[in-house]
This record gives sequence, structure tokens and C-alpha cells, in this order.
Amino acid sequence: MKLITRTLEVFGEYILFLGKVFRKPEKGKIFFNKLISEMDMMGVGSLLIVAIVSITMGSVITIQTALQVESNWIPHWTVGFTVRTSVVMELCPTIISLLLVGNLGSRITSEIGSMKVTEQVDALEVMGINSASYLVLPKIISALIVIPLLIIISIFFALFGGYITVLIVQMIPIYDFVDGLTSFFRMYDVYYALTKTFIFAFVMSSVCSFYGYRIEGGALELGKANTQGIVVASFIILVLNLVITQVML
Amino acid sequence: MIEVKNVSKYFGDKKVLDNISTQFYEGKVNLVIGRSGSGKTVLMKCLIGLLYPEEGDILYSGRNFNLLSDDEKKQLRTEMGMVFQGSALFDSMTIQENVMFPLDMLTDQSFEEKLERVNFCLQRVDLSGSNGLYPAELSGGMKKRAAIARGIACQPQYLFCDEPNSGLDPKTSLLIDQLITEITHDFNMTTIVNTHDLNSVITTGENINFIYEGELAWVGTKDNILISDNELLNDFIYAQPLTQMIRKGL
Ligand SMILES: Nc1ncnc2c1ncn2[C@@H]1O[C@H](COP(=O)(O)OP(=O)(O)OP(=O)(O)O)[C@@H](O)[C@H]1O
Ligand SMILES: [Mg+2]
Repeated sequence: MKLITRTLEVFGEYILFLGKVFRKPEKGKIFFNKLISEMDMMGVGSLLIVAIVSITMGSVITIQTALQVESNWIPHWTVGFTVRTSVVMELCPTIISLLLVGNLGSRITSEIGSMKVTEQVDALEVMGINSASYLVLPKIISALIVIPLLIIISIFFALFGGYITVLIVQMIPIYDFVDGLTSFFRMYDVYYALTKTFIFAFVMSSVCSFYGYRIEGGALELGKANTQGIVVASFIILVLNLVITQVML
Repeated sequence: MIEVKNVSKYFGDKKVLDNISTQFYEGKVNLVIGRSGSGKTVLMKCLIGLLYPEEGDILYSGRNFNLLSDDEKKQLRTEMGMVFQGSALFDSMTIQENVMFPLDMLTDQSFEEKLERVNFCLQRVDLSGSNGLYPAELSGGMKKRAAIARGIACQPQYLFCDEPNSGLDPKTSLLIDQLITEITHDFNMTTIVNTHDLNSVITTGENINFIYEGELAWVGTKDNILISDNELLNDFIYAQPLTQMIRKGL
């Protein structure tokens, strides 16, 4: 019971926080500059880890699928088809989003949280600046632009990983694999993946900002908020994943 | 002038400010003194509108903060500068960007105009040439001075300094005090300084408010603070062996 009221309280706080964040920026040019630097940091900063994870993930899923369907009466192209479907619809949107929560999300929480702890947020407020909007809005918008792009890139990396694996290990003929990758393509799968990604990007950036912004006290709180932000954002993403899948498929 | 009328502030059940009424004058360095935890920072945060007192009113040159519209509050904020206890410089920006920041956000000046103002402020606090440094590259005293430069960048009418010389050596503290006094007189600002540094008290105390456990216990100037018969105040002033010895010698 106490947990429920506490959860509702925090949720209410979160909604009020979002109300404060979504205000028109005071200075368009400054907002734009911040947005660009955020996008740079988010995109360039995560590209390497996303590439590594995607390639290995694509490779592993290809090997496993190939092992599962190793039988004479299942056509070889099934492997490529299955790999593509699982990569596009589930692995990349969800797994990479979870990875980014730990990577980008914790950076967001620490950055805002440390500004809160050292009174830099108060300093903004004293100048009459809406600190929530000034600090958080560029991060959310940037996440909404950059993360879907990262996910699309990661899909290509994952499929590339599968391709390389088949090329090297040769469990099935490479043209069968490519045939499977390219056949029965449904645009709806991509819409589905992108819808998920947008929602996850919003959850990640806003929840992690929220946990950084609500810190009161010292550096000890910062570590706690960081963990809380990651856990809560990941949990919400997993639950929403279920809901969206149910609704859209 | 800032008038504080019957201000009380609670945190939960705890009364941190208890019915405080006082005045802070224009063109003067107004001090708020008291022991650690007495409520100085909370009072200052109420004055700049970071905290809202549950009871009482605060008037800025006759304007009651509680009765202002959002736009008027914002206008009033642009007339305020604040130097935080921990400087609160923006880590990710250079000193020049820090000082220029309020000008960026609150004015429509050209870059050249802003730069001129920034250099003037930096020169005023004796930090000329530090434009390109980051806060992490400055000493404690330099950070305070940079924070003062940022505080006065928009030519505020009201300047708030929360313990501007805590953690500094006596000589540097004195320089900071002198600096604050000079700019207050030069620009005819209403300056409010929180401190528990006795040197500041006896050098800059033109209007001293002594707070004891959230209550205003004594008001006076540097001329009568050493000869007051207020027990609580004397406890505070003569807490250190050095001041006790001087008192005996008096
Ligand atoms: N956000 C807060 N929530 C609850 N209590 C608080 C809060 N801020 C301050 N207090 C309490 O208010 C009292 C006054 O604190 P304040 O920070 O004003 O002291 P101070 O006079 O500035 O001390 P110092 O000289 O150490 O800075 C303290 O007892 C403190 O515990
Ligand atoms: Mg204080």
C-alpha cells in the first residue's frame, strides 16, 4: 500500500516536471546550440559501443538460428528471414535501448544531478531561467532524434554481423542467407520498431533527467539517483515493450 | 531597499525562520550573521525567491514579491545577482562564458557589447586574462571572484552573497570584502552578505542582522556590535579565544 502511494507520488512529480520541461525555450539560438552539442555527444559518443554490440549480437543470433533450423526439410532462407525479423523487431529496438539507458541515461542523470548538488541549477533559477526546460528539453529532443538513428544503424550493423558470420562459418550458403534477409519484407515491421524506439528514447531521456533533477543533498544522493534512474527507466521500457507489442501486433 | 515583514519558513514541522522583520538598505553592505545552521542561507533563498516562506512578505523597493505576476517576477529576477556559498559556476563553461551567460539569456546585446561588459566585470574582480579558463582550473578565491563577476554582469540592483569569503585565507577574505563594498558603493546596489567571519563584520558591517536559531536577535552596525549587551550576540562574537583575549584587554 505504501509502495503504491509512493509510486503515485513520484509519478505525479514526474508529470509536473514534464510540465516544467515542455516550455518554449527562452532563446532559440541558445537552445539550438545546446541541441547540436547534445546530439553530437549522444550520437558520436555511443556509436562505437552500439556497433560492437550490434555486430556480435547479429552474429550470435545467426549462429543460433542456423543451428535450430538445421534440418533438410526447412529451407535455408528461413535463417536469414528469422534473423532479420528478430533483429528489426525486437533485438535492436529493445536491447540497444536498454544498453543506451545504461550509457546515455546515466550520463544524463549525473550531469543534471551534479549541477543540482553544486547549486548550478539554483544559479539558473536566480537568473529567472526555467532550469528544467533549459537543461532537459535539449536532451529529450536530441534523444528523440539520435536514438532512432542509432537503432537504424544498429540494425544494419547486426545484419552485417550475421552476413559476415555466414560468410566465414558457412553453415548455410551465403546467397540463401541474403535471400532470406531480403524476402517477405514488411514496412510495418520498421514502423513498429521505430515507434518503440521513439517511446523508449523519450522514457529514457525524461526519466533519467527527472532522477537527476530531483536530487536534494550531496554527492551520495547522486550515485543513488543514478542507479534509480537506470532501474526505473529499464523497467518502464520492458513493460512498455510488452504493451506496445500487444497493441501493435 | 528590501523590506522583510514577519517572514517565517518551515521545513516540515521544523521552523527554520521565525517571524523575521528587517530592512536592507540601498548603497550599503547589509550583513546577516549567525552560527552555522541558524538559517542565513534559508533567509537568503527566500529573498531571491528560491524558497517560498509560508508566512510574511518581502518587498523590493515597494514591490511585494507575493503579489507580482510571473512576468513581473521574471523582471525582478533580472535585477538580482547572486553569489552562492559554493560559487556555483557552470563547470562546462569557461569563465568568460560563465560571466557572459546571464547577458546571453537576459539581454539582446551584440557579442562585442557583451564581451566588453564581461571584460569590465572580470577586470573589476581582478581576473583579467582568465577568460579562457574553466572553473576547475581556478583556486577557491578566484572562483568566488568569478562568481561575483557573474553576479554583477547584468548590473543588478540587488546583490546577494552567501558566505563569499568562507574557506579563504584572512588576506584574500579581506580583498573580497573590500571588493563587495566598493562595487556596492560604486553602483549603489542593495547588497546582502551572509557571513560568520568576524573580520568582515567589523570591516564592512554597515547594517548587521544577527540571527539566532531562526530568530532575528539583534540589529546594529560595526560601531556598536562590540559593545552590545546582548548575551546571544556576545556568545557569538566572543566565542573564539582570540576575541575573548581582546575583550579582556579592552
Ligand atoms: N532543504 C531543507 N530541508 C530541510 N531542512 C533544511 C533545508 N535547508 C536548510 N534546512 C535547515 O535549516 C536550518 C538552517 O540552515 P541554513 O542552511 O540556513 O544555515 P546557515 O545559517 O546558512 O548555516 P551555514 O553557516 O553553515 O551555511 C538548518 O537547521 C538546516 O538543517
Ligand atoms: Mg549557509
